[in-house]
Order: sequence, then structure tokens, then C-alpha cells
Amino acid sequence: MSEQTVPAAAVPTAPSRLGRWWARADVRLTSLVLVLVALCVVGHLTRPDAFLTEGNISTVLRLAAAIGVVSVGMTFVITAGGIDLSVGSIVALSSVWMTTWATQSYGVGVMVLCALLVGTGCGLVNGLLVAYGSVVPFIATLAMMASARGLAERISGRQTQVVTDPAFGAVFRGDLLGVPVLIWIFAVVFAAGWVLLNRTTFGRRTLAVGGNPEAARLAGINVRRHTALVYALAGLCCAIAAIMVVARTTSGASTNGLFYELDAIAAVVIGGTLLSGGRGSMTGTLLGVLIFTTLSNVFTLNNFETDIQNIAKGAIIVLAVLVQARFRRRARAA
Amino acid sequence: MSALPDHARRRFLLGTGALGATALLAGCVSNSPPTQANPAPVAAGGDNVAPGPPVTIGFSAPAADHGWMAAMTTNARAQAERLPDVTFRATEGSADVNQQIAQVETLINEKVDVLVILPADGKALTAVGRRAMDAGIPVVNIDRVFDSPEAYRVWIGGDNYGMGVNAANHIAAELGRRGVTSPVIAEIAGTDSLPLTQERSAGFRAGLAKHGLSVSRRVAAEFTVETGERQATNLLQAASRLDAVWNHDDDQGIGVLAAVESARRNEFFLVGGAGSRPMMERIKAGGSVVQATVLYSPSMCSSAISLARLLGQSRGMSDLAEHEIPRSITTYSAVVTRDNVDQYLDVGFAS
Repeated sequence: MSEQTVPAAAVPTAPSRLGRWWARADVRLTSLVLVLVALCVVGHLTRPDAFLTEGNISTVLRLAAAIGVVSVGMTFVITAGGIDLSVGSIVALSSVWMTTWATQSYGVGVMVLCALLVGTGCGLVNGLLVAYGSVVPFIATLAMMASARGLAERISGRQTQVVTDPAFGAVFRGDLLGVPVLIWIFAVVFAAGWVLLNRTTFGRRTLAVGGNPEAARLAGINVRRHTALVYALAGLCCAIAAIMVVARTTSGASTNGLFYELDAIAAVVIGGTLLSGGRGSMTGTLLGVLIFTTLSNVFTLNNFETDIQNIAKGAIIVLAVLVQARFRRRARAA
Repeated sequence: MSALPDHARRRFLLGTGALGATALLAGCVSNSPPTQANPAPVAAGGDNVAPGPPVTIGFSAPAADHGWMAAMTTNARAQAERLPDVTFRATEGSADVNQQIAQVETLINEKVDVLVILPADGKALTAVGRRAMDAGIPVVNIDRVFDSPEAYRVWIGGDNYGMGVNAANHIAAELGRRGVTSPVIAEIAGTDSLPLTQERSAGFRAGLAKHGLSVSRRVAAEFTVETGERQATNLLQAASRLDAVWNHDDDQGIGVLAAVESARRNEFFLVGGAGSRPMMERIKAGGSVVQATVLYSPSMCSSAISLARLLGQSRGMSDLAEHEIPRSITTYSAVVTRDNVDQYLDVGFAS
């Protein structure tokens, strides 16, 4: 499957057909797929009239889109051995910047360009601080988390800025071939992230830098530049997510992207990416995001309170990580 | 140009590119939308408008993370500016309770004449309110009430429970007018952990129960535009038919309306909360699912400044028979509909 890893073991000695399948299949991803399927079964059984409808599936994917795009960037950062706490604030700043009156008056092109430049710029600042300033990622991005949100509040005057240009809605709130544009963007970003991580030099370098930066340096990788680029890439993902949030809510606000950092880290970690770096799974991240979004959808369909939803969310994170740890031990023992 | 070595030219191009981008970005931060002016209403009556002895009013409120909260601070400042005998000392808002306590302490040390405090948490700021009162500085407590009556001279705030009741009454009347039997009523609440949300919901349930109705579906949307959109999107999927929706807050309402628009639904009517100007303008324009909004108006902050001034000048409220300013004032959560919207547009806040 889509997992890239520094050599894994676990080749069974007596290969029955099932055993061979089991050896090839990735247990982590399989367990996540099972969780997602279980959620869908529960959703379908409790609301057979509403869950598996085209409208609801499109709703889940649309809600997953923005946080999904942020999580793609987060997967790179964590795989490279870092952490980015500023993603939510960068989403807020990018969304606010693209919806200020001055930006809006130049039209859709400038709005989108501004968001992309601001998001990537913030990510690059993170990257430069971490790579060349030798600031610990946790601290560098914590600082960005505070200051980007503050700047967003300053620029917006803490007011929600509604997009008045109908062209923006026509482009980003519309459908393409019957599928919402937001879902297309999500699919493209995910596919690009998957290819970049699993099929390119950039991806291999990211894994190497996260696994052992010193070895990566000796192997001729410019570790500092690569680290800076990875954070800039995460910033770019936040900018794309900001455009999606503005499309969904028709407005930019300094409260956009609240708690995205926690949601994205949760999705990446239950997806099987190691928090210590060196191993990353883009497909796992996608499954993590879909699990959380589906959970929230199923709970709302059944009219459950939000606090129960949060408890379930916590339980799923713990369960997924425990199951993965168990399978990993078994794989090592085999 | 061609004499430049290759890498130098590349650096030059990069440099100009970066400059251009900076210029573009700089051009895009100005934020002066066409209708930003939001004048705070002045309550005036009797001879209290006549200038009196100078008063210094200290003001402390939490960080404005939300249109309503921003309007509270804006209104206080605007009201103070209209009163020539008032000197206004505001501290920078903070989300941190400890910092707000420190700020109030600073104002006490500066010996302001009156303090106006909108506490981030009424319980946590009770002690410092009491210290001010003990120091002989009367405290005007806004909205989130202190734990002890000794901590404030006068309280002015909104009526969360009444807001829910009034929303319920309006919804019941409108459903009756439309002749809907066994209606599906949904509630989009704010942050469930806050007492104000719990009171609003309790009032809503009690109000509906009086008419034999109940809430069929409920979500909590955390008071932001984005969460409003997310929760409403899921809610609209959950219920294929709705008759009425009460959304606690007009700020999150922008997101709720975006979700309604995406789902292309209009079989129900929506009642808002707090009373923002964009929402009132939608109500006035008509043709939208928004039919009404229940006030929880930040105009209370303008009134608080007026009260503080009168307190500082030892005046009463000249229209009342009292010699003194009353102990507590609860604002009224009027239901703003298309019929009376013109009357309330002046208290609508920019969300």
C-alpha cells in the first residue's frame, strides 16, 4: 500500500494464501479501514434513510476537505521529524488577508494569490526559524501560532469579512462534473502529496531527514534547506485550506481554523505516521481525517450531544494507537 | 543586462519578484470596508445629558475574539467620546483571566472614579471587583455577573433565559400562523460549556414546552463562523425536513446561512440571536430563510458607560422616581422582525 518505511521485517515462513495477503497488507492501514467501515455500518444501520446518500457522502467529503488538506502538509512536517502548531493560525491569517476589502476589490485572482503567498510565507518563516535559526519546531511554530492569529485579528478588526464578489462563489462553491469543486481540490492535493511523499526524491529526502538527520546530511542531503521547504509546503497547504474555508463559510474570520493543529496532528498520528519522524503514510492520514469527519456526521445524524462526540474522538485516537503498537510488536516478534 | 553573470541575474530576478510580492501583500492589508461605521446609541433623557463634573472611567473587557465582544468595546469607547465630561481609560483586552485581574488592579491604583468591568469570568473576577468597591471605586458590572453583590454597585446585562423564551414564543406563533402541525424544530446553540448557552437553551425548551412543542434536533456550534457552517451542514443532512431553526448567535449565523445556501434548503424559517446588523439587513430585505433575530444587544455597554458617568457624578436616573441608580438592570431581548427592524437597526452590530 502507500506506506513508505525504513525497512520493515515480518515475512511469514509458511505462506498460505491468507498469510501471504496478510504479509503484504499493511496492518495499520487495514485497521483504520476497518474502523471507517465500522463507522459507516453504524451510520447506515442507524440512519438507513440518510447516511449512504449521495448528498451525505458529498457533505462528509466537503467537510473533510479543508482539514484534510492541512493534514497533508502536516504529514510532511511530522515525517520530517518536526511539528507544526501554527497551521490553524495560518489558515486564519490567510483567510482574513484574502477577504480584506483591499484584497477583495482586486478580484478572485488576487484573493487566491494573496492567500497562497501569505500561507507559504508564514510556513517559510517557520521553516527558516527551525532550519537556520535552530529554534525547536515546537517553539518556532508556537510563536507563529500566536502571532499569526494576532495579526489576523488586527487586520480583520475582529470582524467577519464576507466575500461580496459573486465570481468567487461561482468558482469555489460550485460543482465540476457533478462533484463539488472543494472535493476536487482535496483530491488533487492528496494525490499530489501521495506522489510527492512516495514516488519522488523530495519524499525520500523527507523520510531520511526525519529518520536520521545526521545520516541524511552525510548522504549529501541539504538538511536545512529541505526542512525549510517542508514547512513552506505545510504553509502552502494551510493557504489552500484557507481558500476552502472561505468558500464554505463565504467569509474570512480570525476565528477560522481554530484547533486545526490538534485535528491535523490527531489525523496524522492515527494514520500511522511516527511523531518522531522517519515514517509517514499519506493514505493513513486520509483515513484519519475521514474517520473523524464521518464520526461527527454519524453523531449529528443520530442527534448526539457534542460532548459525547469528543469522548468518542478521544477513545478512537487511543484505540488506534494502541492497536497499531500491538501489531507492530507482533510484526517484530514474527 | 547580459553582462551580468548567470547567478547574479537570477538573484536580481528573485529580488524584484520578492519586492513585487511584498508590495502586492502590503496593498492587501488595508481593511476599510464601505460600511464600517457603527455608531453606538446614546441613551439620553432628562437633564442628565447636561455636562457635570469631570469623571474618569476605567474600562476592562476580555479580548474581542468575536463580533459581539468587539462591539462591546467599540460601543463603550464611542459612548465615552460623546460625553465631554468623561475621561476614558481602557485596558487592552485579554483572553486570560489573570491578566484581566492585573489590569483592573492597575486601574484601581490609578484611582479612576468609576470602573466598568465586563469580566471574562464573573466568578474569577469577583475578588478584584470587591477590592475596587472597598477602595471606594463603584463598579459597573456588565453581563457576566460577579459572585458577590459586594463586588459591584450596579449590574447591567442581557437576559439569556428570556432570549430563549422569546425565540420560542416567536417560533410557536409563526408555526401557528403557517398552520404547521407536529413541527421539526432545531436549535443551533453556542458553546455548551458556557452558562449563557445553557440558560438560552433552558429558556428555549421552557418556552416551547408552554406551547406543547419541543426541540427535535440540537447541535452546538462554538460561536464561530466556521463551526457554524460545519454544524449546520451536518444538521441539514440529519433532518430532511425542518420547520423552524433557532440559531443562538448571529456571528456563527454567517456560517449557518452559508450552509443553508449550499444545501439549497428553504422549507424552514430561521431565527437568529444577538442582533447583528448584517442579519437585520437580511431580515429587512426579505427573501431569506432568516425571519427574525432575538436581541442580546451590545448597546448594554454604551448604557454601562452612561451609568458609570452618572455614578461618578452622584446623579440618579432622572426619569425614575429613585434618588439613586438601581442595583441591577436587565436589558430586554426583543424579537426583531421585518415589521420592526427599522426601530432596531441602530443597535445592530457589525459582526
